[in-house]
Amino acid sequence: MTDHNHDHDHEQPHPYQPDIEDAPFTHYQVMAEAVIELLTEKNVVTADEFRAQLEMTDSKTPANGAKLVAKAWTDPAFKERLMANVNDAAEELGIDAGHIPLRCVESTPDLHNVIVCTLCSCYPRMLIGLPPGWYKSRAYRARTVKEPRTVLREFGTEIADNVEVRVHDSTADLRYMVLPNRPDGTEGLSEAELAALVTRDSLIGVSVVKAPEEA
Amino acid sequence: MSEHLRRPHDLGGLDDDAVDRGEHDHEPWEKRVDSIMRLCSDKKRHLLTVDEMRRGIEDLGPGAYDDLSYYERWISSLANNLIAKDVISIDDLGRKMTEIEARWEADREAEK
Repeated sequence: MTDHNHDHDHEQPHPYQPDIEDAPFTHYQVMAEAVIELLTEKNVVTADEFRAQLEMTDSKTPANGAKLVAKAWTDPAFKERLMANVNDAAEELGIDAGHIPLRCVESTPDLHNVIVCTLCSCYPRMLIGLPPGWYKSRAYRARTVKEPRTVLREFGTEIADNVEVRVHDSTADLRYMVLPNRPDGTEGLSEAELAALVTRDSLIGVSVVKAPEEA
Repeated sequence: MSEHLRRPHDLGGLDDDAVDRGEHDHEPWEKRVDSIMRLCSDKKRHLLTVDEMRRGIEDLGPGAYDDLSYYERWISSLANNLIAKDVISIDDLGRKMTEIEARWEADREAEK
């Protein structure tokens, strides 16, 4: 590998270059870079802002959502506030949930919640990070509202017939997070230990949280 | 609703294959598209709303909607929105794309 062998304008945000091992770059990759460079040249966006945004996106992980869940499981007053207003409750824990309203839906032994966005890919990204590919897929978007139990089974999640399944279709203006059912056998665990059990998929509702011995 | 009234993004309730649960990391260019979109729609810039972005994606039409990948649809809609709002011109975009393509080709040649 040679070093970066030519000077880029310092105004450019993070000049991007596809790896040469990659498939040839595409029309849309070129378009993306062109839009980014044009906006930087026109001072609509600065290089620092762009870099900060990239880092911010990478910093959003399911750990944020897991922290909310563990706190709600161990602190009934917090759970009440979380159910009333996710964005405000997140802020209490120092988590920026953004300005789009989020609603928390609680799963119980009798009720299982799962989220989808049939029209696009609305997702509680501030609490979980970027959505996985399957969340944005045609199959998940089309079928989850029609045959949720079958879709859940494809994720290895078997919901008993006597448990209600409720599907929440997100929109650009209202997104959901699932408060999973706290599994039996986790009574002695600390908040941090509980948070470690909470997965991305359980916050979406395609899986349930399992106690450590079953996990 | 009769199927012919559906627009291509309106998928809820249709039949489809099993969900492909394969995990793939976002490619660097996809994260860059995500980030520039966030900046364009943030409180400071307010160049477009999430709804305008979505409208732009839905207006790509059935062929493009189905053929393009997720972030390909995003950058197409973002570019169209920025052109419609006179933030960039279509000439700017064309010229810049030609320049970047030439730069990347040259870099690729230099790496050989």
